[in-house]
Amino acid sequence: MAEYKLRTPLSEDVIRELNVGDVVYLTGVVVTMRDTGHKRAVELLSKGERLPVDMRGLALYHAGPVVRRVGDRWEVVVIGPTTSTRMEVYEYDIIEKTGVRMVIGKGGMGPRTAEACKRFGAVYTVYPGGAAALQAEQVRRVLDVHWLDLGVPDAMWVLEVENLGPLTVVIDSKGRNLYEEMYRMARRRIDEEIYPALGIR
Amino acid sequence: MSSSLEDRLLEATVKLIEAAAVWLPSDVEEALRRAYEVEDNPVTRSFLKAMIDNVEIARAKRLPICQDTGVVMFYVRVGDRFPYIGLLPSILRRATVEATRRIPLRPNTIDVFTGRNPGDNTGRYMPWIEWELVEGVDYAEVTVLLKGGGSEVVARARNLTPAEGLKGVMKYVIEAVYEAGPQPCPPVIVSVGIGANVAIAMKLAAKGLIRPVGARHEDPEVAKFEETLLQAINSIGYGAHGMGGRVTALDVHVDYAPRHPATLSVAVAMNCWAARRATMRIYADGGIEYTTHPHLNKEVV
Repeated sequence: MAEYKLRTPLSEDVIRELNVGDVVYLTGVVVTMRDTGHKRAVELLSKGERLPVDMRGLALYHAGPVVRRVGDRWEVVVIGPTTSTRMEVYEYDIIEKTGVRMVIGKGGMGPRTAEACKRFGAVYTVYPGGAAALQAEQVRRVLDVHWLDLGVPDAMWVLEVENLGPLTVVIDSKGRNLYEEMYRMARRRIDEEIYPALGIR
Repeated sequence: MSSSLEDRLLEATVKLIEAAAVWLPSDVEEALRRAYEVEDNPVTRSFLKAMIDNVEIARAKRLPICQDTGVVMFYVRVGDRFPYIGLLPSILRRATVEATRRIPLRPNTIDVFTGRNPGDNTGRYMPWIEWELVEGVDYAEVTVLLKGGGSEVVARARNLTPAEGLKGVMKYVIEAVYEAGPQPCPPVIVSVGIGANVAIAMKLAAKGLIRPVGARHEDPEVAKFEETLLQAINSIGYGAHGMGGRVTALDVHVDYAPRHPATLSVAVAMNCWAARRATMRIYADGGIEYTTHPHLNKEVV
């Protein structure tokens, strides 16, 4: 396990060096999208249209913040990751068509995302879910917001972050998926140790 | 100056919701600190450290612990001689609206048919209120649970056959935790309900989430069942957020009602590590006592 301090824009070379289990602290620009944001983004991209933000080299964050309006600015009160599996159906297309290099979320993602990470040079990282007050301290400011018609949690928030982390690499660009390995380990322990000890067949 | 009783109860309830959102109950925080001591995987420890730091920052700055401030669930144990029962439904609802604005909470109630989000965490039947009548007392005990979405997607219920028995229940629970993996933000609180139908089972499972971490069932047989399950779940190896480790669950709570001769219903509910709950008592003289967050008692006039 290695620790990295990275800055956006993220280059493909740097991302391809990362291995599952590595810990990253990220400085720069992250863009949030949740379920309906992903849906809209994929619809726009499939029609050849552009997103409001050029995401090449940036990080995409599965998050819906609690925000507060202060004068004409937005302020992040707290922010943290949402469960990423819901975005699995969209992520291959997003990674391919936007050039995003890092996806941040929690809970893990599936084989299509892993395939996109390998093919296009990206990683999936997780932030400890629920640590939202800590993370608010790592958000320097709100740079912009789009798609507020989707509601505050689902809007596309463009955030400047400083040392956002700890982010653990769960899917790297080399074909490994830490959570899939963990599920396999758990299955083996349950079947070979836990169930026999409890007399469960 | 003393304001009207209704205003005071409203204010006390807003404070209760705020306490739940920003101040993790001590039993949960202590369990997280114990997990940090027990783990040796450096990534798992760095995650637990971030979670514990987060709890401290949220408390100091009065910020929500998690951005998913959940849906507002009230569990009310009301004495049959409590004089203000008629005030409670509107107070709990108004306090939810006011707390959403003031803390703030994320507006999380979306109408299933219109897609509309009223922005104040209310809606049809929301905030959710579970009433329990307690005979022979004149106070009411109000617990609020801010129930997040991530740990809800892994809840489940099923009718087992009576032949599957308690071993079948154990297997069902262990499989639920296995399949949930890192999704419900472990270390989780696992709550199991057993009964004659899934409605009873899930009601008991849901209610078990407000029992403090470390509190065992009063029946020693059930308590032993809880401990066996806890040990089995913590042998799975997920650890905090699936980073690998010994503490996948902070606790396991089990409650049961009799089964029907033909059924053995089981339900599993889970809470993320950020188990945000707060309890207060409202006495017959209008006095308030916060039991999970006693520091607040000094602030109440």
